[in-house]
Amino acid sequence: MSDLIPFIVDNYNYWIYITLLMIGLYAMIAKKNLVKKVVGMNIFQTAIILFYVSIGAKKGATIPIIQHGHGEGAHEITASVIEAAEYINPLPHVLMLTAIVVSVATLGVALALAIRIYNRYETLEEDEILAQIREK
Amino acid sequence: MSQHYPALLVIVPLLSALLISIVGWLNKRLCFPIAVVALSVSTYSSVGLLLRVLDEKVIHYHLGGWAPPWGIAYRVDHLSALVLVVVSVVALLNLIATQKSVEQGFSEKIGAFYTLYVLFITGLLGIVVTGDAFNLYVLLEITSLTGYGLIAMGEDRAPLASLNYVYMGTIGACFYLLGIGYLYISTGSLNMADISSILPGLYDSNVVLAAFIICMVGVCLKMAFFPLHGWLPNAYTYAPSAVSSLVAPLMTKVMIYVMIRLMLTVFTPGFIFSKLALSNSVVWLAVIAISMGAVLALGARNMKKMLSYVIVAEVGYMVGGAWLGNRAGMTGAVLHIANDALMTLCVFLAVGNIVYKAKGYAFEDLKGLFRKMPYTMTGLVAGALSIIGVPPTCGFFSKWYLISGGIQAGQYAFVAVLIFSSLINAVLFFRIIEIGYYEPFGADHGHGSSPIRMAEAPLTMVVPLLIVAGGLVVMGVYTGDIVTNIIAPIIPMGLGN
Amino acid sequence: MGDFPSWADPVSPAHNHVSPRYIEKSMAETSVPNIVTAVLADYRGYDTMFETTVIFGAGVVCFFLLRIPRKDEPTVRRYRHMLTGMTIRVKETRKIPPVLEEFERIDTLWAPHDLIIKTSCRILVPFLQLFGLYVIAHGHHSPGGGFQGGVILGASMILLAISHDLRTAIDRMSERVHAILCPVGVLIYAGTGALCLVLGHNFLDYGALAGILHVDPVAARSYGILIVEIGVGLAVMATMIWIYNNISSKGNYDEGL
Repeated sequence: MSDLIPFIVDNYNYWIYITLLMIGLYAMIAKKNLVKKVVGMNIFQTAIILFYVSIGAKKGATIPIIQHGHGEGAHEITASVIEAAEYINPLPHVLMLTAIVVSVATLGVALALAIRIYNRYETLEEDEILAQIREK
Repeated sequence: MSQHYPALLVIVPLLSALLISIVGWLNKRLCFPIAVVALSVSTYSSVGLLLRVLDEKVIHYHLGGWAPPWGIAYRVDHLSALVLVVVSVVALLNLIATQKSVEQGFSEKIGAFYTLYVLFITGLLGIVVTGDAFNLYVLLEITSLTGYGLIAMGEDRAPLASLNYVYMGTIGACFYLLGIGYLYISTGSLNMADISSILPGLYDSNVVLAAFIICMVGVCLKMAFFPLHGWLPNAYTYAPSAVSSLVAPLMTKVMIYVMIRLMLTVFTPGFIFSKLALSNSVVWLAVIAISMGAVLALGARNMKKMLSYVIVAEVGYMVGGAWLGNRAGMTGAVLHIANDALMTLCVFLAVGNIVYKAKGYAFEDLKGLFRKMPYTMTGLVAGALSIIGVPPTCGFFSKWYLISGGIQAGQYAFVAVLIFSSLINAVLFFRIIEIGYYEPFGADHGHGSSPIRMAEAPLTMVVPLLIVAGGLVVMGVYTGDIVTNIIAPIIPMGLGN
Repeated sequence: MGDFPSWADPVSPAHNHVSPRYIEKSMAETSVPNIVTAVLADYRGYDTMFETTVIFGAGVVCFFLLRIPRKDEPTVRRYRHMLTGMTIRVKETRKIPPVLEEFERIDTLWAPHDLIIKTSCRILVPFLQLFGLYVIAHGHHSPGGGFQGGVILGASMILLAISHDLRTAIDRMSERVHAILCPVGVLIYAGTGALCLVLGHNFLDYGALAGILHVDPVAARSYGILIVEIGVGLAVMATMIWIYNNISSKGNYDEGL
């Protein structure tokens, strides 16, 4: 029991992202409305984005913009002055900019498909659509 | 310029896709020539790369001038070069063969269609040639998104099939991204070669095991490995015929390339076969996949659905062959990537011709077609013989390698199911050939109102089909050369005997 | 769970292999203080180019799926006088001017004219666009960059479409303009890379621009990053507007939300 608390608290970013991942996956599998599935897909992708951003954090570090980097002080900023431990890891943020754009693009495509399905079947509930298909 | 081939391969189609998109608003007739030029440049570069790789073994290209692991690097070896040539040739032949049906089906939005087509090929070429794990994810998403859009423009059930593909494909790509994230937190790098040099010290780690499983599940979702294949039959059946002959030969095969790349380059065979000892279980899963694919294909009621289930079975061949753990099995899997792309292109082009002329793809539409469309049916028969595995077509040789690999590894169930599925394929295709050859071209053909006279498909649709059919035989005859020069150097020495 | 690094652990492998060089050397090699922008547009610029292509591809897919080619205008239009609330029906017997000052056009999804919303949003839009341009241009020194600024610029036009109606926004920026601006933005990015290729360096190696711009290679990288961020901003703005127009009007481009 004594190492359960550190087990949860030290790694709380993992627990949060796993919870969100499972919520998103549940929505995609169990819900019958097509737009609710799209929302679940978005939650799923957001959980992964959250995971990546959380692994970039460092204790006591600031945002990855070199301090006093522009203006008159810029000439004194040489490689010896900048410490890697003062700034958080920029690479996960870069990767997740890409992932956010990809998730927006997928959302746009999924909504366009939902509109086409609605034009054709007059409903967005999966069981009603399958019933209409079976009747043909 | 030849040292820039790896970049030109991907950049020229990208720039021409953008150009097609702009030109489509101004003058619709220029879209097709620009696409043909772009894919020809890609084919030329990929053949040039293959010839360079035969001399130099591995080609590196640093994008942005930064060395890996700080920048993105391209890494072309024999496996990549082979798959590059296959992808670009298939894309070019398909572009020429489907021009007429595209003009008929998408006359107002032809600029958008060719933009998506060329972007799809850009994504596939980029996936094959990249050496950076995250770059692969971005290119995978380009391929997937354009694929969703292309498939959704089919007939009545196509948007629903495409939306189901969206759901499953996004989960697959996100699992791959998650696996890359786990690899990043354990190694700190995103470059494939760099990861594989850091990993051997970490084989006992739970993170690496989790990364491997998650990556593999994601890739299996995108390659339609049973039981994660649910999106494939509907998506490929209801897509427009020009799109199914593009997506069906290429998408799943490039995903199998990704799996083999992860197995050989990132997680080395030492980890997979010695440490994890998963080989048995995955080969059993492949056995189930092949048998289910064959059985479901028997139950299909139209041509395209039957062919989609045949693809599910073929994916089982390749996954089983790669996971057998010996040289013959891996050779068979890699050879089957190239062969299966050509075979699938052949049969889907033939079905596309039949759809263009007979306006349907149910079995009843095939009656008497041997007399009316002899060249198309010749192509269909050639593709069918290759899928069944009749020498001298290439399908026989890749099955031969898979069977000998199965015998060497002692996986007799895999060998038995390979033979069983060849018999089932024979039943499937002879059924079609019987309908096409023996049944008379009757008055109930073509859903009632079409005239009895029907001619062969136009020349631009028949000539590429016959080129591919001939290519199947040529690939079969030259299998020995291909295996010794191109495939044998891929397999690392530590992979069994 | 022992193998997973703890939250905010400074010595995990992820922080010690590739990232220290980005943090320490990016100012010296690219003269851009914002490390995220430097990594995004220079070290990993190839990924960003394909990311821009992804968003462009999504715009093309939405257009491809939904757009219904222009059909004829209906022969009867309905207008409502804004001050008195009287509605009139006009048959297409003679030419109707496209904008009538005191009348608003009634569609099936019509919301009544609201002076406060229309005026305040009309005043707000130029400030939004100025802020969007600021975010793009200051991506080097503060959080920002092409994607963020492009979304703000796109949001300004979407605000116009929501507060007035879609026809007003399309009059300001027609379909052809934003559909061509989208690939032009990506072409700026890929074209810069191809220019570097033609000048002899590798693709997207901005050091090749030092000869054209007559600066040293480090400053050339900074300018190269600025050029590609502008391209990205254009592409993202045009795509956001394009996707919104297609989805909200279901492809008809006549009435929006």
